[in-house]
Amino acid sequence: MDTMIDVRGLRRRYGPRGEGGFDAVRGLDFSVRGGEVFALLGTNGAGKTSTVEVLEGLAPPTEGTVRVMGRDPYRERAEVRRHTGVMLQEGGFPSDLTVAETARMWADSLTAARPVAEALDLVDLGHRATVRVKQLSGGERRRLDLALALAGRPRVLFLDEPTTGLDPQARHTTWQLVQQLRDEGATILLTTHYLEEAETLADRLAIMRAGQIVLAGTPGEVTAALPSRIRFTLPDGVDPAVLPVGGAVVRGQEIEFETPDLQTSLTDLLVWARDRRLELGGIDARSASLEDVFLAVAEEAR
Amino acid sequence: MSVTGAEGATKSGGLWSVLGLPSPSAWRRMRALARAELTLLLRNRTAVFVSLAMPVLMMGATSSTVGELDLEGTGFSAGEVVLTGGLGIVLVLVIYTGLIPTYVARREERTLKRLRTGELTDGEILVGSAAPAATLALAQCVILVACGVLAFDVSAPRSLPLLLVGIVLGFVMLTALAAATAAFTKTVESAQITSMPLLMVSLVGSGLMVPLEVMPDAMAAVCRVFPVTSLTELMRDGWLGGLDGTERLRALVVAVAWTAFAVFAVRRWFRWEPRH
Ligand SMILES: Nc1ncnc2c1ncn2[C@@H]1O[C@H](COP(=O)(O)OP(=O)(O)O)[C@@H](O)[C@H]1O
Ligand SMILES: [Mg+2]
Repeated sequence: MDTMIDVRGLRRRYGPRGEGGFDAVRGLDFSVRGGEVFALLGTNGAGKTSTVEVLEGLAPPTEGTVRVMGRDPYRERAEVRRHTGVMLQEGGFPSDLTVAETARMWADSLTAARPVAEALDLVDLGHRATVRVKQLSGGERRRLDLALALAGRPRVLFLDEPTTGLDPQARHTTWQLVQQLRDEGATILLTTHYLEEAETLADRLAIMRAGQIVLAGTPGEVTAALPSRIRFTLPDGVDPAVLPVGGAVVRGQEIEFETPDLQTSLTDLLVWARDRRLELGGIDARSASLEDVFLAVAEEAR
Repeated sequence: MSVTGAEGATKSGGLWSVLGLPSPSAWRRMRALARAELTLLLRNRTAVFVSLAMPVLMMGATSSTVGELDLEGTGFSAGEVVLTGGLGIVLVLVIYTGLIPTYVARREERTLKRLRTGELTDGEILVGSAAPAATLALAQCVILVACGVLAFDVSAPRSLPLLLVGIVLGFVMLTALAAATAAFTKTVESAQITSMPLLMVSLVGSGLMVPLEVMPDAMAAVCRVFPVTSLTELMRDGWLGGLDGTERLRALVVAVAWTAFAVFAVRRWFRWEPRH
């Protein structure tokens, strides 16, 4: 598949050069292929929004180059825009328009838009069409925002924290929608600080910290970078020193150890226990989760 | 990856942009925004009332002050001064002071930022948002001219094109000045303060309430440099005549210069989202 989004050496600085300014993005390189869901993951202040705004063409890069569908989204805004859909982290609408009026205004401003009713139905807002925007709940406002992002049937979609503030049900609806759009061929870049969201939706992801990417790959690759973990309880009277593994953490009879190769270590352990007719209690073995990776990365930062 | 569709559309807009006119698709986009903005204006009863009532009140005030002036040397009757000044009052109050809070509100509620993620260009966003106010102002100008001719015994416009040039230049200049002023306005409420300087200078020193002809020459010369003065002169000239070629050219140059300055100021300082 073609590269739809390409970022090379991106830096973004707020304020003046030198002392007074602040580097929010410090040299990013990544690309997103057509039909892929790519997640930028990071804690608040990591620089996700600052990055996405450059991709959306709202701000020029301070340094580096950014291409969306092969074009400069800032300089060639008009050419790029008709193919992109954007959901800002904090966008707004006039509070005295109704949902339908807002969607209609937006649709009429696009080259080729879905019918308003269809766009609202996609996000389950059809029944709220005649309600003023100021009367919507935070989650409903977010969904209206998403409806507008989808209105032009975009080939590239930027979603900045699309599910923050949504209840679990609405979050699942949004996830399904994202998957459906991806299946229809859209390329989607989303930011999130929900690990579950990145794990569920992303084909590839990048973890950002302090304006830089610290880890990137498929969710599998990223979690494979951390060891798996095995936990169990030894029967009373068995000395932990006889265990067939090194580096275990021992707390009384409770044992925990890490391994880069979960299957082999677990097999070795279980065969060893069978040979000795030992019954291990509370066996718990699992690969590193994205959460472990995320916490490990955050840990490094301190 | 190709986006030839977009290139095609840019080319078909070529003729229009050569003429300096918005392309058909630009019109469509601005119309979409203008329609929403009109809905909002009509829902804001206070704003409509102020836009309609203030110019009338100001003209009432003008007619009482003009009654006490000696208009002998000006060549205009009291009715002529009030009605032609009224055109400028409408433009300043409805467009300039009316649009500043609109732009500030749209910026602070982040509508401008949201709109910039779509297909509207920056210019289209500013013009589209101004369209309802411009329509309201145009309607009031038409009513003023009609009233003058039908009820107050003022002549029909000598040169309708010149009158229209004055009005259209006024739309552009005052919209740009409103956007420039909005850049220095933090909240909707403080718009009442930031709009004050230009509003006052215009009412007192731009021939809206007091014709420049009754001022001492030196003072009148200073006043001719003010932005709205040039508009008043052009509109008054279009309606009643009275300027010679040089004076007309000077008024045009002043109007275009202020418009260019205002557009520059908007490009330089206008903010599309609230301060961080
Ligand atoms: N307009 C701005 N001016 C100055 N600093 C900013 C501005 N916007 C964001 N920042 C700073 O840049 C950093 C990255 O912010 P942001 O991109 O919003 O992170 P994220 O979206 O990952 O939470 C933060 O430290 C934030 O305070
Ligand atoms: Mg953010």
